[in-house]
Amino acid sequence: MSGSTKTLQDLTAQDYKYGFTTDIEADTVPKGLSEEVIRIISAKKGEPAFMLEWRLKAYRHWLTMREPTWANVRYPKIDYQDIIYYSAPKSVGEGPKSLDDVDPELRRTYEKLGIPLQEQKLLAGVAVDAVFDSVSVATTFKEKLRSLGIIFCSFSEAAREHPDLVQAYLGSVVPYSDNFFATLNSAVFTDGSFVYVPKGVRCPMELSTYFRINAADTGQFERTLIIADAGAYVSYLEGCTAPKRDKNQLHAAVVELVALEDATIKYSTVQNWYPGDKEGKGGIYNFVTKRGKCQGRRSKISWTQVETGSAITWKYPSCILQGDDSVGEFYSVALTNNYQQADTGTKMIHIGRNTRSTILSKGISAGHGQNTYRGLVKILKGATNARNYSQCDSLLMGDKCGAHTFPYVEVKNSTARLEHEASTSKIGEDQIFYCRQRGLSAEDAVNLIVNGFCKEVFRELPMEFAVEAQKLLGVSLEGSVG
Amino acid sequence: MAKNNGKAKAAAEQEPMLAIRGLKAKAGGKEILKGIDLEVRAGEVHAIMGPNGSGKSTLAHVLAGRETVEVTDGQVLFEGKDLLAMTPEVRAREGIFLAFQYPVEIPGVSNMYLLKAAANAVRKHRGQPELDAMEFLALVKERMGLMHMDQALLNRSVNEGFSGGEKKRNEIFQMAVLDPRLAVLDETDSGLDIDALRVVASGVNALRGPERAMLVITHYQRLLSHIVPDRVHVLAQGRIVRSGGRELALSLEEKGYAWLEAEGRDTPAPAGAR
Repeated sequence: MSGSTKTLQDLTAQDYKYGFTTDIEADTVPKGLSEEVIRIISAKKGEPAFMLEWRLKAYRHWLTMREPTWANVRYPKIDYQDIIYYSAPKSVGEGPKSLDDVDPELRRTYEKLGIPLQEQKLLAGVAVDAVFDSVSVATTFKEKLRSLGIIFCSFSEAAREHPDLVQAYLGSVVPYSDNFFATLNSAVFTDGSFVYVPKGVRCPMELSTYFRINAADTGQFERTLIIADAGAYVSYLEGCTAPKRDKNQLHAAVVELVALEDATIKYSTVQNWYPGDKEGKGGIYNFVTKRGKCQGRRSKISWTQVETGSAITWKYPSCILQGDDSVGEFYSVALTNNYQQADTGTKMIHIGRNTRSTILSKGISAGHGQNTYRGLVKILKGATNARNYSQCDSLLMGDKCGAHTFPYVEVKNSTARLEHEASTSKIGEDQIFYCRQRGLSAEDAVNLIVNGFCKEVFRELPMEFAVEAQKLLGVSLEGSVG
Repeated sequence: MAKNNGKAKAAAEQEPMLAIRGLKAKAGGKEILKGIDLEVRAGEVHAIMGPNGSGKSTLAHVLAGRETVEVTDGQVLFEGKDLLAMTPEVRAREGIFLAFQYPVEIPGVSNMYLLKAAANAVRKHRGQPELDAMEFLALVKERMGLMHMDQALLNRSVNEGFSGGEKKRNEIFQMAVLDPRLAVLDETDSGLDIDALRVVASGVNALRGPERAMLVITHYQRLLSHIVPDRVHVLAQGRIVRSGGRELALSLEEKGYAWLEAEGRDTPAPAGAR
């Protein structure tokens, strides 16, 4: 009799609690992708001409590309003509208005998600940009930030109001031709967040974007661009959820970060897209390109991600360490339960001298989940005294899941120093029993063990979100002890 | 009033803390315990001795609620309550502590953190307020002296990289912090050298008291010359074949288990157990 296996299964079976839909009238373009659709999107957003040109260039290039198949994930072929590329709540109209004008239905949606859009109710010290399907519906604390010269707004607004900045940096880290999904995004991206922190300014609050996919058959293609000018500091967090739907939905986002001399960008993600049901039906395909460029000397980019949602995650937040003495970091917890699949990791490209990078990846697999770490550390010829430390740990729960590790290393400079450590362990029935014998419930025991495993990554998250992440992990694992 | 209290006290003295009746249990599809009867009163220390495979550890696992062991017959009352109906964590909160034969490692979880979660789970169950970090630290420091524990062990991950002796010491230290009513020590002496054995035994002895009962499971007599039991029971082939005072342990040391094992085969199942 294996009673505790049952406990483990019960524990990871909890429902996705953000699976509701919002009934709201939407302005939608017809399904499918064509130059026409791209022109419509660009026109709807009132974009400057260079944006439309850029989109069309990307689209034409995309037509020549093939969907990548190297990732360790399985899914049926995506019909790109069966996706709606633009859907916006009608009430939003041309673009975000003042917070008071936000449609009450939308406001209720974000309140249900725990993201109130009234500034007085917000977490102290966090400014939020809320993206609903294809558009940004609200951005909080804009004025306060503006007084410091910080620009925090939707991408559409940035393209209209700050075209010089957008034109200078858009595609400078992830070019339109980068990869299949990023190129698709470049052609059709609808909104996202834009951040510019001027020279020497330390952003006094966390900036946060909350992404929500609502409409059915809709893809979300957002694009985020963050620029930290010389000596600036910014910490940014993104969160995301989607309703439960039987059909898979595509989320192909691009994030570009640029850190100039002595600037620091800390980018944290708590990803909780709908993962599909227990049989693996439905869920989000999260095919995302995230990359940061440490352009200036002594600049630093730090990625922290907690990935618990999505049916499939395909994502490699990376750092190009171009400036001498620049630093790249990647801290990741990826959890796959039921039939979720994750192929995630990072790339650290060392170009400048004395560049340093740290990779810390924690993969947790439960149920039938498949979890792959894929990472590249590349030391170019000029990267004298480059250093990298990588650690990849996998935790397995039950005997139907899998953990895989693919670390790639390319070194062209003999002064480089690289360290790599890896481990795989299993949550044992004996560990759970041990904790229960000390008085902890089975749920608490699993949470304790999993949080112990992830501790080093959670440490990197901003305080409020570390607590959130711990809870989320607990919820995502409920029913999976087995 | 006074009379009633006196009566209640007398009754409590008579009632065993732990009453095992006709207990049969299977592990791995095989019947291991074939009818155990045992009573332990508050304040008593009982030793369970027996050769390998006699069912000693299975008995400990039944008491703690390990799900790999299936109880097929019999009854276990703990302070008058049906122990077998409780989950392992409720048993722990009710005051049953098992010092594991093989303490488990939990990477990334500090010893201190687990212990605080455990102590507060027990306190909550008893209706006591939970301890904050400072109060808990004070309690821990006091109990640490008892086990000659190095404070560094507290901040290390639970049992990870501990030596055999450190693990066993850590078990008794946890027991000291959690303050159980009934402590079951499952071969706590195995793998200990004589110095470590002394430290562990003196820790256990310091925790003896009129409110607490202990079940000391061991293969060897040597532990019992440090922890002197009130009663000794010999388990063979899933039954208690002989019970006596501590002199029984000494004669086992001399004669071995063979003569009692033979007895175990011949003895019919005790009355009341089918």
